Amino acid sequence: MEWEVVIGLEVHVQLATQSKIFSGASTAFGAAPNTQACAVDLAMPGTLPVPNEEAFRFAVMFGLAMNAGIGKRSVFERKNYFYPDLPKGYQTTQLEKPIVGEGQIEIHLEDGSSKTVRLHHAHLEEDAGKSLHEAVFDSGHGMSGIDLNRAGTPLIEIVSEPDMRSAAEAVAYLKKIHSIVTYLGISDGDMSQGSLRCDANVSVRLKGEEELGTRAEIKNLNSFRFIEKAIKVEAQRQIDLIEDGGKVIQETRLYDADKNETRSMRSKEVANDYRYFPCPDLLPVVLTDDYIEQIRGELPELPDAKCARFETNYGLSAYDADQLTQERATADYFEQVAAKSGEPKLAANWVMGELAALLNREEKSIADSPVSAEHLAGLIARIKDNTISSKIAKQVFEAMANGDGDADAVIEAKGLKQVSDTGAIEKMVDEVIANASAQVENYRNADPDKRPKMMGFFVGQIMKASKGQANPQMINKILKEKLDALL
Amino acid sequence: MHQLTIAEIVRGLRDKQFSSVEITTHLLERIQQLDSQLNSFITVTGDQAIKAAAAADDRLAQGDAPALCGVPIAHKDIFCTTGVRTSCGSKMLDNFIPPYDATVVSNFQQAGAVSLGKTNMDEFAMGSSNESSFYGAVKNPWDIERIPGGSSGGSAAAVAAQLVPGTTATDTGGSIRQPAAMTGTTGLKPTYGRVSRWGMIAFASSLDQGGPIARTAEDAALMLSVMASPDKKDSTCLDHPAEDFSAKLNDSIQGLKIGVPSEYLSDGLDTEVRERVQEALNEYVKLGAELVEINLPHSNLAVPAYYVIAPAEASANLSRFDGVRYGYRCENPADLRDLYMRSRGEGFGEEVKRRILVGSYALSAGYYDAYYNKAQQVRRLIKQDFVDAFDKVDVIMGPTAPNPAFKLGEKNSDPVAMYLEDIYTIATNLAGLPGMSIPCGFARGLPVGLQIIGNYLDEARMLNVAHQFQQATDWHQKTAPATTPTAE
Repeated sequence: MEWEVVIGLEVHVQLATQSKIFSGASTAFGAAPNTQACAVDLAMPGTLPVPNEEAFRFAVMFGLAMNAGIGKRSVFERKNYFYPDLPKGYQTTQLEKPIVGEGQIEIHLEDGSSKTVRLHHAHLEEDAGKSLHEAVFDSGHGMSGIDLNRAGTPLIEIVSEPDMRSAAEAVAYLKKIHSIVTYLGISDGDMSQGSLRCDANVSVRLKGEEELGTRAEIKNLNSFRFIEKAIKVEAQRQIDLIEDGGKVIQETRLYDADKNETRSMRSKEVANDYRYFPCPDLLPVVLTDDYIEQIRGELPELPDAKCARFETNYGLSAYDADQLTQERATADYFEQVAAKSGEPKLAANWVMGELAALLNREEKSIADSPVSAEHLAGLIARIKDNTISSKIAKQVFEAMANGDGDADAVIEAKGLKQVSDTGAIEKMVDEVIANASAQVENYRNADPDKRPKMMGFFVGQIMKASKGQANPQMINKILKEKLDALL
Repeated sequence: MHQLTIAEIVRGLRDKQFSSVEITTHLLERIQQLDSQLNSFITVTGDQAIKAAAAADDRLAQGDAPALCGVPIAHKDIFCTTGVRTSCGSKMLDNFIPPYDATVVSNFQQAGAVSLGKTNMDEFAMGSSNESSFYGAVKNPWDIERIPGGSSGGSAAAVAAQLVPGTTATDTGGSIRQPAAMTGTTGLKPTYGRVSRWGMIAFASSLDQGGPIARTAEDAALMLSVMASPDKKDSTCLDHPAEDFSAKLNDSIQGLKIGVPSEYLSDGLDTEVRERVQEALNEYVKLGAELVEINLPHSNLAVPAYYVIAPAEASANLSRFDGVRYGYRCENPADLRDLYMRSRGEGFGEEVKRRILVGSYALSAGYYDAYYNKAQQVRRLIKQDFVDAFDKVDVIMGPTAPNPAFKLGEKNSDPVAMYLEDIYTIATNLAGLPGMSIPCGFARGLPVGLQIIGNYLDEARMLNVAHQFQQATDWHQKTAPATTPTAE
């Protein structure tokens, strides 16, 4: 039997507004517990929500970027349930009339193919606070703490159609969402801080089947890696279950990264009834065409457009252009390097190669890169003008990463300038040939098509002699002339 | 001095006939003497009042006095007051001291008024007799064996007993007008959105509206001019400039078209109440008004629609009282569920629990369309009835309540009988219209209220119409027996 996995994602994105969606309290991350919660966030009696218009603007920007319809009259509703980190006893959210309607985006897969994923809708809502179960609160009586700093942080919940057919597609979709919200500047997209969180609805069915299988919802996935693993392991669990004659039940599950398994959350005997109804404290959000068009006019260049431009303007491959445009910061960095060095292809190679490796190793974002775009451009310029070889350039790059100054300073200080002087190189070539009579003899006796390969030994020796600084093209040329002269 | 109206106190203070400290002290003494019997106050803030009065006297002396400078008032205990316990009549908030003022409270402060304290009310404003208060029932100053109406029973009784010339109150389904009718006072519920709800503890957000209770329409106008203001802290507050509601009081009402809905004078209305209302209408005819019979065909649906919508909103509004952050928390909760169950079970009274249950039911899956959605449809029909009526008439009049004040305990065991107390007042809340109750005589020795319903934002005309009546009659000047200490 061939199984097909069907995935729909619900992505929660915290909007980067200064203040909360219904109060003036700050949304900054990481403050001491309950220092960024005002009377409204605490749901003190008699307090009322006042909507933050910036959140509407951000939601509209997102909707336009997703090619979605904008709800010109969206309505906030109350979703009722009790939980200590939900101060009002209801979450203010949107249900029937969301601010962003149906839309669609293209996702790009690693094999170079593309796919359209449909957006069901996206709605605005407020985040809840956090329950703290740390030992610091535990005086041995099972006490928990509540931090309401996050309560009221604006979120857009982005609900896809069940259009994804593999964990890889789900990750590609999520990366696209991440890319769009960070391009728009409406979220920092920092998954480690919970700015972007994801619930995955996963079901399986036999290939060719029309009807969807029963889905399980995996809650609170907070890294691309976990999402991929969680979906894979959950899909396999369902397949195994069905093949063993079992039935998937609709439930909420949690992914345990340590054990790489999903687990049923405490099963609820009855389904939750959230008793939604329109929030009488808030008026419907009415958006005019002018307002929407003004926002459309102010949208920045989005990933797909940038990707296409990179291909055309810089002559990059589709793959490179896609890689470089996934994150706006990377794209901006690349463009700076490309412009300053005048070498877009080299710039692309370095940004995706050495720089990416460095950032990965040091767990830094490109915004905190130890090597600035100016320095990298300077380095590329020195490669281009043959001051240094690519190999030496890597050495210079490392030195720049260590804070040793720009490329010229490093080359100067370490004396790494490439030797391109014909006389000097000839001298080195002569010395190596003189000291390797056995290898020379082999070269002479070898089959002509095997000779180019045999040159490697001599090149290596010469490079060693020059401490890597000899111009490799010149070595090759001169060496070949001299060896061939011995034939 | 306690007989003085707000308008008279304003003049007396400016003419230096007496000081704010003098009248404040006098009223505080009266509260001390009389209120143990009436129970119209939950909290009396005597020291703060004297201090505020002294400050007001300074400003009066300096000639820098805002509109109500030095005038004693009291706030319904539903309005949050910085540093002063705000209980909403509930055990749940018996220990709650807000760190902020309701906009209404700060408006009065800015106008120089002196608050004597917080008045009693039905728990979370749910009730029509003021018997559901955690702090005990309020007695009607006209007959202390009777209810003063509710939920603003304390605000109405305090004014009727001349403990204070004016009080703030709130009206979700009649909670200003019905107690005003029961106590022979003048109460006004403004157009929804006229008065900010910030800091006013919510019962049913789409219906709640603050307003004044006073002894005259003139005083109600002075108070409303202070209370009503646009407020960015309340999204449902109208962006309508503050208005001088006294400006049109003396306009002629010659040619005024008064709509009289036949539905409001039908079955279930006390005969004597009907007679008093009829007499009042005749008085208006004498003043030059014209009576027009109108129909409000969906009137009979107002109470059922209200008792779906109001409890539905309340069920969510009251979820914040969970024992977690403030207010009542049960002793030694075993776990989270126990904390919720017992804190709410012990902190809320019976009527509040009943409405939370009704509201939760009406919103629950499978019933939402049949109840909540249907009620909202009815609400639109009721509103349309009024819109159509106001095409033909300037104001609408009828009884405020179907009967005069009933005995304490009389309707306690019958919630539906209690709900029908608001049969004539509820529709205006559903429609968001302004409404008033003014005294128009007595039935079996108990005050009867005439209800005046105005068009949207037409409070100034409503007040004019009420004031003209009070210029021609003296029902509003009758004094309740419990206003003198000897009445004990």
